[in-house]
Amino acid sequence: MSGKYSIKDLEIISNDIREDIIKMLFEAGSGHSAGPLGLADIFTALYFDILKHDPTKPDWNERDILLLSNGHCVPVRYATMAHAGYFERKELMTLRKLGSRLQGHPERQRLPGLENTSGPLGCGLSQAAGMSLAMRMDKQTHRWIYVVLGDGEQDEGNVWEAAMLCSKYKLSNIIAITDRNNIQIDGPTESVMPLENLKDKWEAFGWHVIEINGNDIEAVIDACSMARAIREKPTMIIAHTIPGKGVDFMENDYRWHGMPPGLMDVAGDPPKAEQAKVALKELRTLGGKIKSEAHD
Amino acid sequence: MTDLHLLPISKNVVLEPIRKGFGRGLVGAGTINSNVVAACADLTESTQISLFKEKFPDRYIEIGVAEQNLVTVGSGLAAMGKIPFVSSYAAFSPGRNWEQIRTTICLNNVPVKIVGSHAGVSVGPDGATHQMLEDIALMRVLPNMVVIAPCDSIEAEKATIAMALDERPNYLRLAREATPIFTSKKTPFKIGQAQVFHEGIDVTIVSTGTMTYEALVAAEELKKHAISAEVVHMATIKPFDDKTLLKSVKKTNSVVIVEEGQINGGLGGAVAEFLGENYPIPMTRIGMRDSFGESGKVEELNDKFGLNAKQIVMSAIYIKDKKGASNAINTKTN
Repeated sequence: MSGKYSIKDLEIISNDIREDIIKMLFEAGSGHSAGPLGLADIFTALYFDILKHDPTKPDWNERDILLLSNGHCVPVRYATMAHAGYFERKELMTLRKLGSRLQGHPERQRLPGLENTSGPLGCGLSQAAGMSLAMRMDKQTHRWIYVVLGDGEQDEGNVWEAAMLCSKYKLSNIIAITDRNNIQIDGPTESVMPLENLKDKWEAFGWHVIEINGNDIEAVIDACSMARAIREKPTMIIAHTIPGKGVDFMENDYRWHGMPPGLMDVAGDPPKAEQAKVALKELRTLGGKIKSEAHD
Repeated sequence: MTDLHLLPISKNVVLEPIRKGFGRGLVGAGTINSNVVAACADLTESTQISLFKEKFPDRYIEIGVAEQNLVTVGSGLAAMGKIPFVSSYAAFSPGRNWEQIRTTICLNNVPVKIVGSHAGVSVGPDGATHQMLEDIALMRVLPNMVVIAPCDSIEAEKATIAMALDERPNYLRLAREATPIFTSKKTPFKIGQAQVFHEGIDVTIVSTGTMTYEALVAAEELKKHAISAEVVHMATIKPFDDKTLLKSVKKTNSVVIVEEGQINGGLGGAVAEFLGENYPIPMTRIGMRDSFGESGKVEELNDKFGLNAKQIVMSAIYIKDKKGASNAINTKTN
């Protein structure tokens, strides 16, 4: 799909995806806000530029694989998939409801196009390793496996077990992206369980590490392009993102990690009845920088 | 009764660890199907996955001492169409990595074959840390999971080949010690099918794993006490073959269950749950009763915890008497 959209186009798509995230979380009445908003630029870059995929053939055996390890951020994946044409956007409003294909945490068997079932943290990289080893056995080394991990998730030992294995077997078709947004449920990552120096850690485990601004779509595309050129080791892209990106009262506030707009009053933020409305207005006006277009 | 081609119970019985059968079976499965692959957590010789590793080095992955990674890598392999057999000691896998098995294998519903070796107190001198007694319970409660505990190395070989053809997540329970070979190549094996290894009318003995041999020895001994015991071997604990069990207990109206593991949640739990709900009859369970094992010789441990034919005989006599007493009460009430 590479090159079909300009960076400007992608930024508009990303913002539309953020609006859908706010709407679907508000409708669902539960779910995570900050991570999905912060990841919208990365998911837009992946689905609209980086990944080799076909929304009409989710099981295409030449597709690239995208694993979401931190399953709680799945609203951004659902919203991006809908925009990419995997299903109708109106289905987004079924998120977390009985009978929905859009489960609160992703289930591979429910929705074509999902590659793994996740929620409990720390497993995505191991699954990527298994997939990569299977591809190597089948001489399918031209396929790429992208894995999105959270930063708080890296408290899990399973992540580092996988890090060693990927390095041992030189699984260079794995490109991992850490959503380095510095928050987790109980607070800033560095106070819950310090991760720094994260770059040094991954390098010590034998990975090629690239650090980028994860809210810069062009930087995401460039980093993945560079990662594909590294053939002797797996690559970790540490993508610094702003949690709650695009909604001023959510940005960089860990209290919005695991909460939807409209659920409860948060000190200093708009009242709960106004949260979704204010969030959508901010997204439409890019934080008041541009005039809002008249659409619902 | 169809001929099950069992070997006679005798003092000259040949012994072999059931894990050896798994090792041979995996090579067989790998030869038939090139999608069969294997991974191990630093215990290739012990789990006998070494045979596969030697034959198919390109289809073998060494994970290191990392059991959480072992099964999640398995999940990834299976998602790409492979049939991964992942082995370690049962105490570590599924002992340590239950949640990864639950989410990335069972809920994800991919055909990963988890092989837990060295289960039971028969690890002997290694002691309680390595004597896995809770694996059947842990695996049995998981939706989609199939649980198999073969009775000897010949059955383990057949089970392994059957598992490679099964599209569900599977757990295979193996033991370390050399135990009697008493089935033969011709003895039927099918996942989900219990087998009546010895016919009788007075009491049903339900057993799994290597305890089935002890059950057969007990059935012979019980003849001396004028008790005709029926031995139902449940190699597959889940899915549970309620039909075969029900047919047997409707005849005998009493049951002894025997396993080398915790009776809470184990085979004893499975049978008690089913019969309690559908056909309540006098029942007694042999196995670990909410305790850990300890270091010792295998015979000493089996004796201490009652995991042998002697205990089965005593339990069968007890339960037959209990049945008699309960029949008497029923007759009186009626």
